[in-house]
This record gives sequence, structure tokens and C-alpha cells, in this order.
Amino acid sequence: MAGPLQGITVVEVAGELSAYTGKLLADLGATVTLIEPTAGSPLRWYEPFAGDQPDPDRSLWWWHYQAGKASVAADLDTADGAAKARALFAGADVVVESAGPGVLDALGLGAAAARAARPELIWVSITSHGAQDPRSAQPSTDLTLLAEGGPVWSCGYDDHTIPPVRGGGGQAGHTAGHYATMSLLAALLSRQLTGRGQVIDVNAYAAANVTTEMASYGYLAARSTVQRQTGRHASPRPTQPTQVICADGAYVNTGPPRHGKDFGELAGWLEQLGLEDEFDEMGVLRLGLELEHISMAQMEEHDLVGEIFAAGRAAMFFLAERLTAYELFLGLQQRGMPAGIIYSPEEVAADPHFEARHWARSVEHPELGRTVRYTGLPVTFPATPAGPLRPAPKLAERA
Amino acid sequence: MGTGALAHIRICDFTGQLAGAGATKFLAAMGAEVIRIEDPVTQGRWDILRGAPPFKDKRRGSEFGSGFNNHNVNKLGITLNLRTDKGKELLAELVRRSDAVTENFAPGVLERWGFGYSHLKELKEDILYVSNCGFGQVGPYGTFKSWGPIAQAVCGITFTSGLPDLPPAGWGYSYMDHTGGYYMAIAILAGLFWRARTGEGQWIDMSCTEAGAALCGPALLDAEVNGRPLRRPGSPNSNRNAWPAMAPHGIYATDGEDNWLALSVQDDAQWQAFATVVAEPWAAEERWRHRDVRLDHQDELDELVTAWTAGRDRFALAEQLRAAGVAAAPVQRPGERIDGDPATAAFGLWPTVDHAAMGEIRVDGLPVHFSETDWAITEGGPLLGMHNDDVYHRVLGLSPSEIDGLRAEGVI
Repeated sequence: MAGPLQGITVVEVAGELSAYTGKLLADLGATVTLIEPTAGSPLRWYEPFAGDQPDPDRSLWWWHYQAGKASVAADLDTADGAAKARALFAGADVVVESAGPGVLDALGLGAAAARAARPELIWVSITSHGAQDPRSAQPSTDLTLLAEGGPVWSCGYDDHTIPPVRGGGGQAGHTAGHYATMSLLAALLSRQLTGRGQVIDVNAYAAANVTTEMASYGYLAARSTVQRQTGRHASPRPTQPTQVICADGAYVNTGPPRHGKDFGELAGWLEQLGLEDEFDEMGVLRLGLELEHISMAQMEEHDLVGEIFAAGRAAMFFLAERLTAYELFLGLQQRGMPAGIIYSPEEVAADPHFEARHWARSVEHPELGRTVRYTGLPVTFPATPAGPLRPAPKLAERA
Repeated sequence: MGTGALAHIRICDFTGQLAGAGATKFLAAMGAEVIRIEDPVTQGRWDILRGAPPFKDKRRGSEFGSGFNNHNVNKLGITLNLRTDKGKELLAELVRRSDAVTENFAPGVLERWGFGYSHLKELKEDILYVSNCGFGQVGPYGTFKSWGPIAQAVCGITFTSGLPDLPPAGWGYSYMDHTGGYYMAIAILAGLFWRARTGEGQWIDMSCTEAGAALCGPALLDAEVNGRPLRRPGSPNSNRNAWPAMAPHGIYATDGEDNWLALSVQDDAQWQAFATVVAEPWAAEERWRHRDVRLDHQDELDELVTAWTAGRDRFALAEQLRAAGVAAAPVQRPGERIDGDPATAAFGLWPTVDHAAMGEIRVDGLPVHFSETDWAITEGGPLLGMHNDDVYHRVLGLSPSEIDGLRAEGVI
């Protein structure tokens, strides 16, 4: 094993809300063991499946979230299974569970019992709405958590007859997992001084609530309510688009040029491409070179400044119509202007920067007869680099 | 030394905005002594949030940015002019007395000031140095500029949010500034834990886009294993859910203007519960009891659900459906979840701090509670140089007259 948490033993009671925390801990080098029912965790039936063949060993959701973990089969409502779980808890530094408030307690397997036997244990409970809220015992999903927690209100399109949009990837669980991980790391540091563990109550709904940037703090400070806009920040007042479509149909997110140097760079780029005669506002664009930095106030006071600003935006859109998204992204960044290509997740792994940094991890999959690229580590630790990633435990591989 | 899980930790903090300041906010709330260093010459304005709206009571200026306050609660603020030799000496002293140095400048800024990792390590052998920028300092995009919307575009997160035949909807806020900050906190804490066990420091060079790209794992595997990219006709359709597959699953218009209900019917048992609540003939049809049928006819099903939710109250619907065992929730406006849902305040999610210029103001708290060493957020974000006397005296051992001298010389 390797990584900053090497030697730390984590037991995770398999569940949707705990999966990402367990994965982050495995990526940090901890030894993570799942407890799942003998029939197999229901998570093994989450789509998509390899080759679209529904099979508890072929769920790609399971492959991603459970890679690097081991698994033990134990039915917690049987004496045998409960004994197995108790034995695992007795050797653990950290337990992570998302069974719901009181569920493990009712089986005699809750935090109180485990900590009485082992005061140094850190017990992390992740629930949809926290340990005290009755909604934690009711069903909720990524969609409902992000809808009531705030993110959905801020995402969507300028046209408000179109529903607001829930972003993809399971971010409600991820945000709860980030807070769970930060919290248990703080508890581990504290335990080094005191020798004592503790119980950590992680609330996924609350985590979404404090991960909305200005939607929350703008309301808290000024009672303002943001309104969603296409591909850019929700705002109390409408703002200009920042997302441009390129010649290949893909999009780039960009800020409008504001610095004198930017206008010169755009003019030079148009000349380099032999397009200076086709772009009508070339003269105004070149005037931008005289400016140091364009502020909103200047634009309101001087018509010419407003025209220069508009010419800068127009130049960007003019270039976008003639370049691929990658060419526009690279060209803007190389000329000192911030821009981001809107990649689909699978395109990230093939990007030259990510390749140069050896980001994606290759995992051997004998059942497919080949290696598969998985997402890379979110953070790397030069003093203690991570070891190779093991595939998620199959049913037959469980202890 | 105060109380809290991290009361024994001191951070020499150059972070700003949200992607960096959000990380050290967590540490400060957990009791760490976070000493935020700002430039007196530019009035700390390299952090654009210092004077940025929204403003409480419409008062403007570098002490009135509510975002700055929100991200910097419980931190100490000092000024230090690093253009001066004396300023550099003082920073060196502070590094010697700190556990970690943190920053999210553009790549190379700290190095140009003479405080790259090799020098930090000379000052303190076991120092932990954590830098966080858009693309990481190594690699072809090492010098590229970034902010939240750019990081989330490049990492694949923006693309995942959208409806068919429309442009990407993206995330209407800097999700990757928040999340980059969370990963930065994880990096600092895990780095400190490693150091506490081995005595070894290190330089952790975070890339915010890399952290974000870890958040779309099954999509990468679906493309790798099944040759099915997320970029394909009709995809993404992100109000639906394919992993795991559920139907109906979406956001439906209700009564009033721009009011919506989120609904997920997770399995056949939930469908039965849903159909009972709906109590209309279409819902009782036998065919809808089967998940595969519902998945194959989602458009038709969505029309039926839309007709049913139209004109109804989203809060009443959500309560009724939840009580019946169906996952449902209103799409809530900020005020509805902050003041309208008593559970968020009951959790302590919006602590009030006393800010030296703004007065009492509520901020984002932490969505967790600890049984032994719970977090506390009590102090507003520091005014520029607010803790100069305290830090230069208590931490660096300078006398009041020496500190006055530094002020007179423009060092602090």
C-alpha cells in the first residue's frame, strides 16, 4: 500500500451515499473493506453494465466507486453477519455508513456500541438530511437532494419555460463525500493528540445548501435571489453570454477581452489567419490596444469604450465560427485570455495535458481481455504516491 | 491555542477567492489558526472578492464583500509587503512557525517572490506546501488561466448538465471553486496527517480540473468499455437518470411562476405508491407497473406526470409523495431553503458572525457535526491588517514599538 492514509483501516457499510467517501479514502491509501449482503449489494445492479449485460460483477457504477476496496459478505440481520461486522468494527480506525438514522443501532451495530468497545474509533454517518431530520428516513435521490438543496435552482437556460436542470455525475453524493472526507481527516488529526475518536454526522442536503456560491451568500447578505441563465452563473440581474459555439459544434466557455493587450492579441490572431479584411470591426478592435483595462463604469461613460468592448466580443464569436472548440480554447489561452473547452467526460482522458500528467489510471480487466482507463487521482502526494488501482471486488472475491 | 480538532495547526495562508479560501475556511472552523496574508499596497485586492458584490446594506468598498466574508470567517488577517526585504524576512519567520503554506495564485507567483518549495523547505524542513491552480503547475497547460467556469468546462462537469438539442446548461455557479477548495482541504489535511506520522513534508501541486475530472467516473467507463460517449445525439438529458435507470425521473412544472417539482420513482414499489397518490385512471394502468415499460416510454410518461403536477402546490406535493414513500422535493429558491425550511437553521447551517465593518451577518456553515470537537464559526472575515498587532507580537515576538515601526516603513 501507499498514499498518506496507508495503514489506516476503514470499514464501509456499502451504500450509495457512502460509496464516494470510501473511494476517496482508498485513493488516499487507506485499506477499505466493504460490508455487503451475501446476495450482493443492490449497488451492483446500477447501470451501466459492461457490454450492457446486467450482472452483479459487470456494473460500471460499481467498478468506478468500489475500485481499490475489498468486500466481506455479511447479512447484518443474522447473528453470523452481525458478528462479522462487529469483528471488522473492532479492528477499524474509521467506519463509514449511510444506512439511515437508527438502522444499524436497531441491529445492535450502531456507533454507540462500536465506540464503547473501541473509543478511538471514528464513526461517519452520511444521511440525506442529517441524523435528526425525519426526511433522512424517507427516500431521496441525487435529483431531489440537488433540487431542494439549491443547485438546481441555479442551473438551466435563459428561457424559464424550460425546466431548471440537474447537473450530472451524482454530485449530491460527491459533495457529501467531500465533507465526510475532510471531516474524518480532521478527526484523525485530532485523534493523534487525544487518542479518542468521535461520531461525525454528515448531512447531504446541507452540503448542497452550502455549495451554491452566491445563491446562498447573496441571499444571506442582501436577500437577493439569483436567476438561472444559459451556460453561465445564475445572477440577480441578467449578464452577457460566455459560452460560444464553434465550427465543430462544440462549445468553449470564455470571458470577454478586457485588457488592452487582449485586443491586440485578437487583432494579431485574425491577421495571422488572413481574416483581417473579413472582420468588419478590425479598426475598432485595434483601438482597444490603447486601453489598459475596461471597466463597466468606463463603458457606461464613453460610447467608444463600449464599442471596443463589443468588437472584442464580436472578434471572439467571429473566430469561433471558423475554428474548432479546441483551436479556440488553445488559441485564447496561448494569447493570455482565459477560456475553457467544454469537454464531455470521456474526452478529458484523451486531452494532451491530462495525458502528459499521466492522469487516467489503467486497470487490468481479464474478463474483457484488456485494460480499461479509469479516472485519475484528484490529488497526488509526491512524498507517498498511490499504488496501482485494483478493480472493484467481484461477488466471488468476497471474504 | 484555541479549541477544536485542529487547534494545534497553524496555516500560513495566501489563498483567496473561493477555490483557495474555501479550503482554509474549513480548517479555521475546525479550530486551526489560519493566518491570512494580504498585500497592504493593493489593499488586498488581488482577491477580487474583497470588494465585490453582493453587499449588505448597499455599503461598498474593500471591507464589504459578502463573498469574501463568507469564505474567510474565523481567520486572522495580517498585511505584509513582500516587495520589501523586511517583509520577506518576516514571512520567513512566519513559515518557520507554521505547519503548512497554502496558496491558489497563478502558477509560479510564490516562486517569483522567492518562496518556492525549495526555499520553504530550507526555512522549515517538514513544511507542507499546497498549491491549487486550474491545471496544475506541470504540463502543457501549466500556465493557462482558470476560474470556476473554466475548470468545470474542461473537466467534463459542465457538459453533464443539459437537455437534448440545447446548448450545455452547465452549473450556474462555480461548483469547481467550491469543490476545488474541498479537495485542497483534503490535500492539506492528508498531508498534515502524513507529516504527523512520518515527519515528512511535501509539495502538493493540485490541479482543479483534475480534481473535477474525478467526478464523472461512470461516464468515462461507459465510453471506455461500451464505446458509448456521453456526447451523442439526445445526450445528455440530465434531468433523467440512466445510472441507475429510473422513470419517471424529472423536473415538472407546478402552480405559479417558475415553480417546479423534482420527482424520482426509483423502483416498481415506488411506482405503486406514486400511482396511489395520483389516483387517476392512467396511473392505474397495468403496463406502468413495470420499470422496463416506464423506461421505454419516458416521453409519454413525462407528459402524463406534467399534466398531473400542473397547477398543484410543489411543497404539498412533495410532502404527500414523501409520506407515501416516493422520492420527491420542491426546487427551492435560496430563501425557501435558508429561511423557509426550519431544518437548515436547526442544523446550525447559517451561523451569524460579527463582522467588524458589516456588523452581524449570516454565512454558510458546515454541513456536518462532530460529537467531540464540533466546528464553530463566530468571527467575521478579517479587515485588512486587523490582526497585525496580535500576530506580529504573539506569533513572531515583536514588541509594540517594532510593529509601529513596520507600519511606518510600509512593511505591513
